[in-house]
Amino acid sequence: MSSAPTLRRPDETGVPDPFPYMHPLMKKNYGNWAWHDRPRPGVLHHVAKSGEEIWTVRAGTQRQMDVFTIRKLCDIADKFAEGHVRFTTRSNIEFMVASQAKVQPLIDALSAEGFPIGGTGNSVSMISHTQGWLHCDIPGTDASGVVKNLMDMMHQEFIKEEMPNRVRITTSCCQINCGGQGDISINVQYTKPPKINHDLVAKVCERPAVVARCPVAAIRPALVNGKPSLEVDEQKCVCCGACYPPCPPMQINGADSTKLAVWVGGKHSNARSKPTFHKLVIANLPNNPPHWPEVGEVVRKILYAYKDNARDWERLGEWIERIGWPRFFELTGFAFTKHHLDTWVGARKTMNMSAHVHF
Amino acid sequence: MSQEEAKSQHPTPMLDQLESGPWPSFVTGLKRLRDNAGAAYAPMMNDLLGQLEHSYEERTGYWKGGTVSVVGYGGGVIPRFSEVGAKYPASKEFHTLRVQPPAGMHYDTDVLRQMCDVWEKYGSGLIAFHGQSGDIMFQGCSSENVQPAFDALNEMGFDLGGAGPALRTSMSCVGHARCELSCYDEVRAHREVINEFLDEMHRPALPYKFKFKFSGCGNDCVNAIHRADFAVIGTWRDDMKVNQDGVKAYVARVGRKYAIDSVIAMCPTRALSLNDDDTLDVDNKSCVRCMHCLNVMGGKALQPGDDRGATILVGGKRALKVGDLMGINLIPFFKLVTDEDYQNLVDLARRMMEFFADNALEHERIGETIDRIGLPAFLEAMEIEPDPNMVNHPRTSCYVRTDDFTDEAEKYFERKAREAGLDVAAD
Repeated sequence: MSSAPTLRRPDETGVPDPFPYMHPLMKKNYGNWAWHDRPRPGVLHHVAKSGEEIWTVRAGTQRQMDVFTIRKLCDIADKFAEGHVRFTTRSNIEFMVASQAKVQPLIDALSAEGFPIGGTGNSVSMISHTQGWLHCDIPGTDASGVVKNLMDMMHQEFIKEEMPNRVRITTSCCQINCGGQGDISINVQYTKPPKINHDLVAKVCERPAVVARCPVAAIRPALVNGKPSLEVDEQKCVCCGACYPPCPPMQINGADSTKLAVWVGGKHSNARSKPTFHKLVIANLPNNPPHWPEVGEVVRKILYAYKDNARDWERLGEWIERIGWPRFFELTGFAFTKHHLDTWVGARKTMNMSAHVHF
Repeated sequence: MSQEEAKSQHPTPMLDQLESGPWPSFVTGLKRLRDNAGAAYAPMMNDLLGQLEHSYEERTGYWKGGTVSVVGYGGGVIPRFSEVGAKYPASKEFHTLRVQPPAGMHYDTDVLRQMCDVWEKYGSGLIAFHGQSGDIMFQGCSSENVQPAFDALNEMGFDLGGAGPALRTSMSCVGHARCELSCYDEVRAHREVINEFLDEMHRPALPYKFKFKFSGCGNDCVNAIHRADFAVIGTWRDDMKVNQDGVKAYVARVGRKYAIDSVIAMCPTRALSLNDDDTLDVDNKSCVRCMHCLNVMGGKALQPGDDRGATILVGGKRALKVGDLMGINLIPFFKLVTDEDYQNLVDLARRMMEFFADNALEHERIGETIDRIGLPAFLEAMEIEPDPNMVNHPRTSCYVRTDDFTDEAEKYFERKAREAGLDVAAD
């Protein structure tokens, strides 16, 4: 018998050192920057304490990139920039150059290949998003497709800096919300309890772990058709989908029951007000590929109500804080319902416990 | 492309509608890979497009998980097997390798091209920069090719990230590399902390996920406070630096009314005052380092002080299972300047992860553990003293046993005396 092939052990190198890849001016002035300005949307100009300057051109990408797109970006970086790039947390690519003269040719090259220049200052940056139908095992909707539609709609707001403050938008394909908190968040919101395939539960699911996963203790072990399975108290169930990842036979998605909800006012920056979570605006929007027009319309209404009415430097949530929720619902035309009243732990702290009223 | 190949292409009428419009189209990218005749991945991408179109039609996802890993590691590969693999056989295995990016997400074109070459050889040619935890996601690999793909990336100096109940891949902002607001060396903190605990990343054995994120200032560009169990957010302790000529130039540029409305009046703690000569007074004892005035007036007018470090917030996470939690301000100021300071950060991270491993329930994040046991018990375990910066306000509930209040107060005064460099009787 021949010996087993030699198994290569991994080099547990962890987080790679960025310095070998970093633009030389960034390396040289590391920790010693003095100030920056933005000569135009999509361009940053940083000046180090040494007096050295660096220009950055930021462009939007589709995030899920084919190798041809990546090589095209590399070609541009080699020909029009200096061979060094970085990505922002929102999947924008940045090209760094040591001279201002290189900025416009670089912008021209990127624009010619269809990469929008922007995402800086008080713009709508790229949407932070998830995997969706392309790759996730539990998605209620697609991610890249929703984002493509929304970014097409908001393209002008990406390439300009005309918002009162920066706008950070997120999408998520299930209620786990991998997309995170945002000024505007578009998230799947399930509307029906899971549909259980009792033939498979005992084979596929670790039942006690599934019972433990439910946030409202609505799942209990049961014998169904003589088989050990799980049942859901549908009166208690909040349709969150938490049972679905550990137990795929508890299907939470349905072509008609998986809906989208839009939330506003999430903010992670500490600037001015403390960080906040996003709040519900509207639920029950249809999951309507390939364009999700109902979602786009809601986002457009919120975005432009904010743009037209907020004061400079107010983030979306801070604007609503000033004008009040009654005015927000009036300006956007959405309904305020009993579902906007929080019922979860800590709900009482979300109520208005004062005589302060917006008329 | 031959006629036969063209015929075997799945029609994608819904996805085709996502190719127009000004934003770069991921669908066009997928088709470029499908149409790269001769490439090993072309049939895989044809079937992937077919399955995705099927998802668009049926409004349902068709991937399920499983178990795929590389030699020596338990995590880092996200297995995906198709539930409709009979219809789309070439993409029936479509796994993702989560790969940790260089801290700050810096690349040169050589390394990006090498990654493309590896992924054309072993994978689908589809790479996402980056996932929500910061990984480079090499998407689309057969079970058979996972090991050689990893070996090739590992030879290039790249390592797998986290998945499952484990230490997860981390993120740090651009920080020191290009930002005047950066208050500590993010690359150093990121690499020293994460690289110390790679065993927890590669061989998942924690109760649930544990995430670190590193932001250089309160603007928190990597969203640490919402998304990280352990958020390191840069700050400074001494006075902010004011260049009065820069302030005057700013006021002259935007106008006095705008400067007052947009900077002075928006200070959350009323710490700013514009003088009659357009210079600025800062009440640094009231300032909370929120960053607004520095953001708006810019580095020519205002800069962080010199006594720099970070605020450590613990327990941020999203909804599952108790509801959203934001990090709690656990250490208002953690000095980050010397080698010893960074070692102290690693030590704190170790104590925190050991506590988490020993005390969290299965599938419980550390923020939930803290809620379950109460902050005082957590502080005791961490050997951290209570600090008024940890709270919005002291407790309002009288349901607490206080018979040792005087002893606790005594400890507080002793601590304060020690901090002030005074002799303490108890010593």
